[in-house]
Amino acid sequence: MNIDLSSMPTSIDMIHLILASLTLILFILLIKKPKQVISAPAEAVISSPDIEKEPAVDKTITEQPLQLKETNPDAALQLLTLLQQDARFIDFVKEDLSTYSDADIGAAARVVHEGSQKTLNTYFTLEAVRSEEEETPISLPEGFNASEVRLTGNVVGEAPFNGTLIHKGWRVSQTKLPKIAEGHDTSIVAPAEVEL
Amino acid sequence: MSHEISARYSVGIDLGTTHCVLSYLDQIKAAEDTSTEVEISVLSIPQLTQPGVVDEKKQLPSFIYRAHESELNPSELTLPWPTNSEALTGTIARQLGSKTPIRLVSSAKSWLCHGGVDRHEAFLPMSSPEEVTKISPLNATVEYLSHLRHAWDHKFPDNILSEQNVTITIPASFDPAARELTAEAANQLNLKHLTLLEEPQAAVYNWINACGDNWRDHVSLGDIILVVDIGGGTCDLSLIAVSEDAGNLTLNRVAVGDHILLGGDNMDLALAYRVKAKLAAEGKELQPWQIQAIVQACRDAKEQLLLENDINEVAIAIPSRGSKLLGGTLRTSLTREEVNETLVEGFFPHVKIDEHPIAARRSALSQKGLPYAQDPAISRHLAAFLSKQVNAANDILSNAIDRATVQNEADSFIKPSAILFNGGVLKSPVLAKRMLAIINHWLEDSNADKARLLSDADLDLGVSIGASYFGHIKQGKGVRIRGGLASTYYVGIESAMPAIPGMEAPIEALCIAPFGMEEGSEAKASEAEFGLVVGEPVHFRFFGSNTRRHDEAGIQLDQWQEGELDELPELQVTLPTEGRGAGEVVAVHLVAKVSEIGTLKLEAIAANSTNKNEDAERWQIELDVRN
Repeated sequence: MNIDLSSMPTSIDMIHLILASLTLILFILLIKKPKQVISAPAEAVISSPDIEKEPAVDKTITEQPLQLKETNPDAALQLLTLLQQDARFIDFVKEDLSTYSDADIGAAARVVHEGSQKTLNTYFTLEAVRSEEEETPISLPEGFNASEVRLTGNVVGEAPFNGTLIHKGWRVSQTKLPKIAEGHDTSIVAPAEVEL
Repeated sequence: MSHEISARYSVGIDLGTTHCVLSYLDQIKAAEDTSTEVEISVLSIPQLTQPGVVDEKKQLPSFIYRAHESELNPSELTLPWPTNSEALTGTIARQLGSKTPIRLVSSAKSWLCHGGVDRHEAFLPMSSPEEVTKISPLNATVEYLSHLRHAWDHKFPDNILSEQNVTITIPASFDPAARELTAEAANQLNLKHLTLLEEPQAAVYNWINACGDNWRDHVSLGDIILVVDIGGGTCDLSLIAVSEDAGNLTLNRVAVGDHILLGGDNMDLALAYRVKAKLAAEGKELQPWQIQAIVQACRDAKEQLLLENDINEVAIAIPSRGSKLLGGTLRTSLTREEVNETLVEGFFPHVKIDEHPIAARRSALSQKGLPYAQDPAISRHLAAFLSKQVNAANDILSNAIDRATVQNEADSFIKPSAILFNGGVLKSPVLAKRMLAIINHWLEDSNADKARLLSDADLDLGVSIGASYFGHIKQGKGVRIRGGLASTYYVGIESAMPAIPGMEAPIEALCIAPFGMEEGSEAKASEAEFGLVVGEPVHFRFFGSNTRRHDEAGIQLDQWQEGELDELPELQVTLPTEGRGAGEVVAVHLVAKVSEIGTLKLEAIAANSTNKNEDAERWQIELDVRN
């Protein structure tokens, strides 16, 4: 499963993530201008009642070989460290929830939520991709940025596309992760602790 | 402008009890473009946040951690600059120290103003095992400044900090020795253009800067501005009177409060103990580490509950220390009512203007510790301050055209007409509102107009920003607050009277430095001569008064009212024997000077002898006696 870890804390589901990365790659190939920002695209449904959700992804330009780059795990591990440190993220996810009551889970969830929020607010500046209200009609002009806005539903015809804004999207406008010392082992996302 | 700009940047450093902030102003840019408002930036300070991780933050927590040699991997202590300091400073120190308090140095600034200890002696962290390397309050201050200097020099290698105009802020209540020690710390870093500025004044400068040229529209002749600065560890009070000079409004700092060790940290602790009691009532005993976690959780919860919103309860979860998060997490909550009772009623109770803190006499056998305020009620401390300073502005405002605010004979306290808040605690609208309500209650009770709140800027970073603004206008145009010494200083002279058993020998006080003495001036304590024995340290008792404003240098008091004079740490001077016989007595005069930096210097000048250059011999009198 290749999930961009830096998008993890947003509430976008997996399908959208995969769609997002796919379109991003396609789009980069199209305009050969790499984007600096990581974003979850806003989603606009083209209004048509009879077509179901799953869209046919545009597969026309796959002639050239895709240039995939390896991501450096350091930043991902660093984010895991921060989330574990402030939000006990790994501890929480690694637990088996089945034997616990909702009250117990709720107590722990507060720790995770408060901490994650702190981490997110400290290291990322998040803003909505679209400023319009969700569930309101929106119009996309020709040449709109397809990695910012995802079209779903009755995707036919020519721009401008008129639809409903389902999800406003998230854009990280600024990332400010701490620097790491040379020789710092990022794979230790939480050191063992021994009290003397 | 006659004064040449001496340095590129005016740098303001807020050397706080719990954290430091550095801000700066490009003076060349400001001089080129005078049309727009000056731009002041806050330096992002790179610091270790965990082993091996360096992050930039606007605040440098004022903590030092002395790690054990096997505790940390040396390669993980790399900062952006080379350092040979063994002390860890900033976020990492606070982080590691929360779990290993025996190695944590905190509140060094409060120790710096503690006359009962030798501030050059390495004794911090207090009461930790012998093998932990100790550091003196002075050197701790040097460490914080040194970190800031490295951060600055790293960012501005072409304009290193020692060449800039640096203004370091200190509490208005700092005694002369603590001021001198702060200057000494800066000196060790070779800061060439240094000025000290009182924090409440810095807050006023910050306000002036934020108002731009309009500040004159917000105050008028005869106004008395009360500055209330409640930070993490201290509560600092000052009064500024607005007078007129040749048609221009001028600001005069007319009074400062006592050093009160009471601040936001006390409030977090008070809440944590309340939560602890609540859990204990449910039969849940807490470990010390859980208290730490509660303090942190209460700090966050408090911020929510002290906003004017309709949140009535914030859940507090204390996670287990082990990797099992579920089941081990303690859960409780903090309600608005509890916060109100503990903080609003506990620290800001509605009291009458004549209800003052009861000074509990500290027992002579008390452990060496910080003199924390015994009474947590900030409103009582404020009432005491306003009552004590009832006549503070009379001299300054006696010529004021608008005499409406000038005190009547019958008044029991000075009536502020405007209030300026500063410090993290007063960021909470609930607490700020309460503080204002208390003051206005006092004013209404004595038929005076309500005081208005001067709108404030950033209460966390304001002192540092105000300091860099001050450093800038100091050399050119712009309004300056007149201040000078905030106390009158005296040396004690034992009167020649037979000792009476059970009674202290009566002591007289000779005024050596009058109130309001300005930077760069000198005062000679009349012709009174002291005989000093050569070759051994001679001690003087030293007193300060922040209410006796009319004593000239040389006046000798044989009596004063209770509470008028506060005894300060004793002074010491040692005359070298140079050519004199041991045990010889030399006659000297005492001279006080206020340096350009803003520190008090005392000197003993030989009355009859001269040195090789035919000048009178001078000896420096130590304000901070090394026991």
